[in-house]
Amino acid sequence: MKTQITLLHKTYQFSGLKEILAKANEERSGDQLAGISANDAQERLAARHLLSQLTLSDIRNNPVLPPEEDEVSRIIEESINEKIYQSIANWTISDLRESLLDTNTTNQEIMRIRKGLTSEMVAAAAKIMSNLDLIQAASKIEVVTQCNYPIGHKGTLAGRAQPNHPTDSIQGIRASLYEALSYGIGDAVIGVNPVIDTAESVKQILQMTREEIDRFQIPTQNCVLAHVTTQMRAIKNGAPSDMLFQSLAGTEAGNNAFGISVALLDEANELIQKEGTGTGPNLWYFETGQGSELSSDAHHGIDQVTLEARCYGLAKKYNPFIVNTVVGFIGPEYLYNSKQVIRAGLEDHFMGKLQGIPMGVDVCYTNHMKADQNDMENLAVLLGSAGVNFLIGVPMADDCMLNYQSTSFHDIATVRSVLGLRPATLFEKWLEKMGIMEDGKLTVRAGDPTLFI
Amino acid sequence: MQDKQIEFIVQKVMEQLQKQFPAAPETVTPEPVTETTGLFFTEEDWQTSIPKPVYQEGTSELTSSTPARIGVWRAGTRPLTKTMLKLQFDHAAAIDAVGGEVLEKTLQEFDLFTVETCYENKEVYLKRPDKGRVLTDAAVQTIKEKCMHRPQVQIVVSDGLSASAVETNLKDVYPALLDSLKINNLTPGTPFFVKGGRVACMDHIGEILEPEVLVLLIGERPGLVSASSLSAYMCYRPRKGIVESDRNVISNIHPLGTPPIEAGAHIGTVLRKMLEQKLSGVKLEL
Repeated sequence: MKTQITLLHKTYQFSGLKEILAKANEERSGDQLAGISANDAQERLAARHLLSQLTLSDIRNNPVLPPEEDEVSRIIEESINEKIYQSIANWTISDLRESLLDTNTTNQEIMRIRKGLTSEMVAAAAKIMSNLDLIQAASKIEVVTQCNYPIGHKGTLAGRAQPNHPTDSIQGIRASLYEALSYGIGDAVIGVNPVIDTAESVKQILQMTREEIDRFQIPTQNCVLAHVTTQMRAIKNGAPSDMLFQSLAGTEAGNNAFGISVALLDEANELIQKEGTGTGPNLWYFETGQGSELSSDAHHGIDQVTLEARCYGLAKKYNPFIVNTVVGFIGPEYLYNSKQVIRAGLEDHFMGKLQGIPMGVDVCYTNHMKADQNDMENLAVLLGSAGVNFLIGVPMADDCMLNYQSTSFHDIATVRSVLGLRPATLFEKWLEKMGIMEDGKLTVRAGDPTLFI
Repeated sequence: MQDKQIEFIVQKVMEQLQKQFPAAPETVTPEPVTETTGLFFTEEDWQTSIPKPVYQEGTSELTSSTPARIGVWRAGTRPLTKTMLKLQFDHAAAIDAVGGEVLEKTLQEFDLFTVETCYENKEVYLKRPDKGRVLTDAAVQTIKEKCMHRPQVQIVVSDGLSASAVETNLKDVYPALLDSLKINNLTPGTPFFVKGGRVACMDHIGEILEPEVLVLLIGERPGLVSASSLSAYMCYRPRKGIVESDRNVISNIHPLGTPPIEAGAHIGTVLRKMLEQKLSGVKLEL
């Protein structure tokens, strides 16, 4: 594998693939914090030029984290279809980029190619793609999944209702849920982040959301985003959960820091298949986000874009219903400003979609980042154009429990309106039945949560 | 759970009281003025309502059950102007809290001298949390010269992520803390202020001064509910290698959260228990 490049008269030498991948990234504070980013703008471009000329076999033959040392690497390596891989092994990363962007390359063809790709190859492609490249390529890909009801069809944009409450008050959660539904949000999932991580509390929230779904016959699914072990206890105690949730990292050590392993996920997977209330076949919800491995000192010197791609490689094993990156949640030491958040959001969406993941994005930021609500609105529109499966809906974008800002019910309704996108088909029919939507537009009744009292 | 619920109820009651009995400046009737001189905006002025709700009485039932911004109505698919400006206003307070500085006057009031971490400037501070955990060489020299060595209780104050948290709460929390030390028969060393501090700067200070226990009052990451929330981190014999779970914390200290005077009074009790049990963190029995 080539590790040296001369651009005009200046020669750049890199130690190996890990360094090339890291230095090829667009600037971001997390790589700087890890001490692995390019020293200057030209070195960044030298790394990117070199990366563009490496072949897919170079990437596979030089693992950034060997499968013998890491179970996430093993899962990614084992998932490769050798025949398809052999047919494209001599492609350069540049060839991969241009093939994805080619007018003749359809969703069908991408579905074939992805079986020969590793997460690292997907990350490498993202690094040599501009923002509009990432949007163009992702917009070709359709990933439809079904828990109780299907989402992800072209021309639709779903929303997760995230009706969190600072003390898990059932009344308070229900009130925010009514508000979400009245704006046409909740087709992806009714998903609550609990304050109290106990099986009993998780069960209460699941029971309430289940009752509301049954009472109004809402074509959707429920979930409580507690630790997976807590959800498992709740389900064993009879809690009606349509799917399981868990945060994922891109390394075994990162997952250990989250208190999970592949063995635990396998056990949980068996449980949700047997005792979950969801129809399936897709019964998992995963969240990811650049920087989590570095924050738990589990990054092995690998850059956060590559690690993020590996999260999706792991997620794929469990055929998830929905996955979203929580793109700006972790703070300015990983993504410093709106430019970095917007770039990361587009990268994550593309890298997930290329690996066949039903990607949504929590377009969000914390108050110590150099970003504001306008930046989130920008990214939401960009992702809507890229064909994102779902966005997160929070009352006026202000999550009063998690203390960060995401996108609002208004924002999702607006992105749908501006880009001509519809809610998931059966959910839209339900909205029509409730008198909230007509011909894809909100009616005069929309925005009135007392409809559901 | 019960504590949190009580905390929340107290917060809601206080908000209600504030609405019913607005703070002094707002109750003062301004001199008769011409219509054009100014606008007065209070919490109520940000309220919006749903024009024709299906169930009129239901609106307040829903909105009173959560601090979430619901029942706000819309202009097409967009929020009403007031709702949008209120969100931007709350975010502005948070931005100012992160970018702000604690006034020298505030620190002098409590005889706190200032030292710095290696944070350099606000941008580096945000990008490199590791630098906010280490004091500069000059700072090490200064505290070695000025501070009592091996005190029983070392008090440290830091701006952290919210200067306004210190500005708002120190005047209540600090005297209450000193009183609670007295009540618990504890002796403080020489307190000081750390500019650009992170929570783990406790460990470095612990290495230098070797206190029995250390309490750090530090500004929290601002939220939209409060941009001025303070935390009190406490540790028994802080030193390098201390992990998060070895520390105890009282968080959310601000007038509408954990009341500052109450928090200050509680710190002395926690520190005494650390000294009695010779440990801190998750193993401490409170």
